[in-house]
Amino acid sequence: MASVRYSEEHEWVRLDGDVATIGITDYAQQQLGDVVFVEVPQVGRKVEKGESVAVVESVKAASDIFAPVSGEVVEANAALADSPGDINAEPMGKGWFFKLRIADQAQLDGLMDEAAYDAFVKSLG
Amino acid sequence: MSDSPTGPLERTPLYDLHRELGARLVPFAGYEMPVQYPTGILAEHAHTRTAAGLFDVSHMGQVRLTAKPGHDAARALEAIVPGDILGLEPGQQRYTQFTTAEAGITDDLMVTSTGDHLLLVVNAACKHADLAHLRQSLAASCEIEPMFARGLLALQGPLASAVLARLAPQVATMKFMTGAFVIIDGARCYVTRSGYTGGDGFEISTPADAAAAIARKLLAEPEVKPIGLGARDSLRLEAGLCLYGHDMDTTTTPNEAGLLWSIAKRRREQGGFPGAAIVQRQIAEGAPRRRVGLLSDGKAIAREGAEIVVSGAIVGKVTSGGFAPTLGRAVAMGYVERAHAATGTKVDLMVRGKPVAAEIVPMPFVKHAYYRG
Repeated sequence: MASVRYSEEHEWVRLDGDVATIGITDYAQQQLGDVVFVEVPQVGRKVEKGESVAVVESVKAASDIFAPVSGEVVEANAALADSPGDINAEPMGKGWFFKLRIADQAQLDGLMDEAAYDAFVKSLG
Repeated sequence: MSDSPTGPLERTPLYDLHRELGARLVPFAGYEMPVQYPTGILAEHAHTRTAAGLFDVSHMGQVRLTAKPGHDAARALEAIVPGDILGLEPGQQRYTQFTTAEAGITDDLMVTSTGDHLLLVVNAACKHADLAHLRQSLAASCEIEPMFARGLLALQGPLASAVLARLAPQVATMKFMTGAFVIIDGARCYVTRSGYTGGDGFEISTPADAAAAIARKLLAEPEVKPIGLGARDSLRLEAGLCLYGHDMDTTTTPNEAGLLWSIAKRRREQGGFPGAAIVQRQIAEGAPRRRVGLLSDGKAIAREGAEIVVSGAIVGKVTSGGFAPTLGRAVAMGYVERAHAATGTKVDLMVRGKPVAAEIVPMPFVKHAYYRG
């Protein structure tokens, strides 16, 4: 069963075997507002935890998406180019950004589970 | 868009209404202002282009000038702005700027003559400096009354006239850039047919204590939805309209900013405003750079600060850029050296270190739809 973990950058990571699907949370999409452009990483790119790997632009501003764990990009959500609104409509479904084959599963331990993330969001007011 | 001084934030007369409507409030020019309502900026933008949007612009500075005995307020104001104010008939409105001795712009403003007074509307972030400037320059000739507590509502969009006419029938025949005293919901308001969206619409100056009731009355009309500052910015960008502090400031001349249309022939010839010699020289010789429209091929958005490059050389900078919802693509405006500023010039906009191909195009990006009768 896939488990979902969350980062303080408001990204979610769903692990399935050694492949992690990554997107932004509902809280993040609400804060961004209407998303109008997304830049996703190239397949094959090796990324380090904390590295800027994608860009999401709302009407108001551009924001970086950081790799919550290290790994190699195995797939990117090409459909977002034509329907960036998927990120607002289904941030944890159709609005996923990219998939990483992760190098070190232990890095997931540094991320929050759902209860911890909910508490983190509440603490932001 | 957040030129906010430090200190406690002020609130407009519509603050409680914004909260009720679920607005996201942000600090803007010293005020707590709605950046968007729950439907979001894209929906608000589209609603304003197709129906009628209500904006709270009460944070802007309203100032009344009245001539002292033996003086003429229009003549006095012309000493500090390049616009033709003496030529304003009662009920006419004009756009102009406050200029510096170097022909820089310290703010842009609307001036309307009521016959007895001149009514000025200036930018929120500049209003205290503008007031000081007016007092320093015009105190001998004019009574200068800040009316910063008044409400200012903008009702914009193709259905704005039909909606407002239900409350005040005489507005239907008003033409673009005219103003009149109008009773709305029992309150004496000053209405101008103008706005900052490029579309048809009105700005309604209300007594402070009447603003919220009038806003609620307008929002009760089925065509009207509340619109925040986010869509106000995307609407004005599509219309090719300058935002003070971004697309013009003390380092840009009216010539460079493409605002010569707002300086009448008499004023160009006679001068008599700060920086006139420089404006006149730039008319004769051309300005060293020009504000241009930029349309990029891809969907990446070049925002304020992005460099404009021709053949590897930086020739300018983007001053406003964003997604144009009406067009479904990114647009920008910026300043480009004269040699590269011709329509049709191919340029690169540097977005996150990568070139995005773009072309210099005429503005507006979305055709204006003003009501000229």
